[in-house]
Amino acid sequence: MKLRAILIMTVYAILVAMTSLWMAKQSYSWFPPEAAAEAKLLDDLFSLFTGLGTFIYLGVIGPFLYSLVFHRASKYDMSDGPPIEGNTWLEIVWTAVPLVLVLTLSFVSYRTYEKMAVRGPMELVHLHMPQMMQPAYAEPFDSKPQQEIQNAVETAPIEQIDVTAKQWAWIFHYPERDITSTELHLPVDRRVRFTLRSQDVLHGFYIPAFRLKQDVVPNHEIDFELTPVKTGTYRLRDSMFSGTYFAANQADVVVQPFNEYQQWLADAAAGLPTPAFNQAAFEYSRANEREGATKDKVAIRGWDTIPPASPPVVNYAPKHEPDSPPA
Amino acid sequence: MTNISIEAPEAVRGQPYPGAPDNWKRFFTFSTDHKVIGIQYIVTSFFFFLIGGTLSMVMRGELITPDADLVDRTVYNALFTMHGSIMLFMWTFPVLVGLGNYLVPLMIGARDMAFPRLNAVSFWMVPVVGILMLASFLVPGGPSQSGWWAYPPVSLQNPTGNLLNGQVLWILAVAISGVSSIMGGVNFVTTIFKMRSPGMTWFRTPAFVWSVLAAQLIQLYGLPALTGGAIMLLLDLTIGTSFFTPERGGNPILYQHFFWFYSHPAVYVMILPAFGMFSEILPVHARKPLFGYRVIAASSILITVVSGLVWVHHMFASATPSWMRILFMVTSMLVAIPSGIKVFGWVATIWGGKIRFTTPMLFALGGISNWLFAGITGIFLASVPIDIHVNNTYFVVGHFHYVLYGAIVMGIYAGIYHWFPKMTGRMYYEGLGKLHFALTYLGTALTFLPMHPLGLMGMPRRVASYDLEFAYWNVIASIGGFLLGLSTLPFILNMVSSWIRGEKVGNNPWRAYGLEWLTSSPPTVENFEETPLVVSGPYGYGRNQPLVGNIPNPGLTEFPESLTQQQTS
Repeated sequence: MKLRAILIMTVYAILVAMTSLWMAKQSYSWFPPEAAAEAKLLDDLFSLFTGLGTFIYLGVIGPFLYSLVFHRASKYDMSDGPPIEGNTWLEIVWTAVPLVLVLTLSFVSYRTYEKMAVRGPMELVHLHMPQMMQPAYAEPFDSKPQQEIQNAVETAPIEQIDVTAKQWAWIFHYPERDITSTELHLPVDRRVRFTLRSQDVLHGFYIPAFRLKQDVVPNHEIDFELTPVKTGTYRLRDSMFSGTYFAANQADVVVQPFNEYQQWLADAAAGLPTPAFNQAAFEYSRANEREGATKDKVAIRGWDTIPPASPPVVNYAPKHEPDSPPA
Repeated sequence: MTNISIEAPEAVRGQPYPGAPDNWKRFFTFSTDHKVIGIQYIVTSFFFFLIGGTLSMVMRGELITPDADLVDRTVYNALFTMHGSIMLFMWTFPVLVGLGNYLVPLMIGARDMAFPRLNAVSFWMVPVVGILMLASFLVPGGPSQSGWWAYPPVSLQNPTGNLLNGQVLWILAVAISGVSSIMGGVNFVTTIFKMRSPGMTWFRTPAFVWSVLAAQLIQLYGLPALTGGAIMLLLDLTIGTSFFTPERGGNPILYQHFFWFYSHPAVYVMILPAFGMFSEILPVHARKPLFGYRVIAASSILITVVSGLVWVHHMFASATPSWMRILFMVTSMLVAIPSGIKVFGWVATIWGGKIRFTTPMLFALGGISNWLFAGITGIFLASVPIDIHVNNTYFVVGHFHYVLYGAIVMGIYAGIYHWFPKMTGRMYYEGLGKLHFALTYLGTALTFLPMHPLGLMGMPRRVASYDLEFAYWNVIASIGGFLLGLSTLPFILNMVSSWIRGEKVGNNPWRAYGLEWLTSSPPTVENFEETPLVVSGPYGYGRNQPLVGNIPNPGLTEFPESLTQQQTS
């Protein structure tokens, strides 16, 4: 009988372990494309969490469901179960094991964080930080993304881009050529440093394909670095609620080869500043039209809102309404 | 089954001095009886639960399509603000205070709360808060549209320029709710410390009482921070001080610290009583003592302590320095330890038991399974790199709704069904109860599971419109949301009809251990004929030991035939 129990538990543990591994592999497919080196680091970390999380979930829910199925009282059985009040060893184990587990997860998360070299907003001193990468460590994961970050930092100067957020627009300023754009263009495989500013309220600078996010705080300059590694068009979203047209405060992010990027900069520098299309301003003006505005109107009228800032005047604006391919 | 044999003397059912009449009218008067106040809390908050739920269904209607085409964006923003505020301040907090109010004095053998009048005053502030919240729909500019966090500077923007605006009413409502909760906290903590029956030592006190104590201690240390922050915000908004206004040199991040210093522990204020109810309900319906009762009880207090040190994990993406991110990541992960202890204890409690799938048991089991899932995604969120990606996305929305709806609301339902025969003397209808459970469990999964992949894909929370790639999961979540709305109907039907004409089932239909089951159903005004003298710990299933020394223990040591018949027979 005891042997049978051990056998069942072993088989279940193997099944759970296999399912957890499978889930850990699956987890990569839940994300948008990995367009930055940081994204790869995050996805590895997330996969580890998913695997362990699945293991814990199934490890607990298995015995739970087992007793629900097999330990039910028969209809006229009025007796009580065995008066077991606890088991010291069991309780020590299930305190110590989670403790070790969460400390391990904290440590691994910390290592990933360090490898991403995400800058704390308070670290205003501009240091080039190749020393932050410590290849001597035993790496829990594939060290390729970390290498990519390191190469990007070492091979070329960091691209500086100033980002201004306001209600409800994103404006990107390239100080090197002194041009502005409402579409964010980035060179692939280069380290990029953003300086984030807000003109009014809190905004959130969030590019899901990069897995990175930083709130933008008025009266603060926040530095933020990342390393795009995959060309394509992605979406920048405002992640911190910023008022009425918050959901429409999006921009496209175009990651392109360095020469195309240079070409784009040159073209944009030649372009005259023109007002860009702005979804918030467009909707606001439409909502305030007196005539002919019944069509396309929402079913329930709203309240007064802070008027959107006038559409940004920039050297380059996409000619279409922002539309990135589905991730 | 008419011969109810428990001869708990059909004692004075009148209301000797709390002053309320002994019929349904007492629930509409200023009564100081903790049981009346408890039910007042529960019924009032359930009314607001329906309002908050209706708001959320309008939101799910908006989100069933990618474009903002059902309501104006300002309306959508007002909806999610008021949905969150009403669900927290008008439903989850008050309903749990109501259950605590009803149960704690009964469970510890007290005649009432320590300060009955204060108790009534804190209850009557709740409708005031509710009226303020609802009235804000009528003022110019509409209700607050800055989310239930009310982060400045958005919350300080006042498009109409009126002094009387939705945001001001919102702050007033939250401040009053805070005062009410602080008074409640003082009352609960005093009651639990001072009014336990003779013989009820700490480790003879039921786990639910421990968890209410742990939760109310959080109210006492945390709420002053929120209330202070709210007052500063009010001053910024009305008389132009500059605590949080950046253009006048204020610091909006400071508000976030005030806010989350309370509002993260507030989650434990809500989950702890739910944990307590799981700990009470499982032993009864599995006929086994609570496994590791002492550790489960103590882990509640551990949660009180640890939860005070985790608030910055809401601000990993705010202007938070790296050292702070890492420190609060570790503390946040540590919350998993006491929570894990509880889950393991519950699983071990039902293991080898004599389980009956009554409605309260189903809700408790469902709540635990949802909590297990929510706890695991919580560990994900504690990790700084993962949080930097999913912070302010639907992953977080899915996570906390799994906590709030999946675990806490399920726990509340479990508690209401379990103690319904105590509150009314009548039994609810099992069939409707099971239907209610099935709809709730399915609705929870349909609504809140799809939010996790949405968040991982990068859909921010609080958006009225979204990109096409998110449409698929949103449609499923919306269908689930409507199902959850539907699920309340069998519950309401069940409660109303069985209160009026449910089967009378005597004082202890569950054959449960616990002082509350030793008195009549519904209990008389001062609960006990004679103060019970506790002689053993709770959860004495399988031991045949008496719980109290001085009054008979019907249903505990020996079971009259009438009580051992199952309701289904």
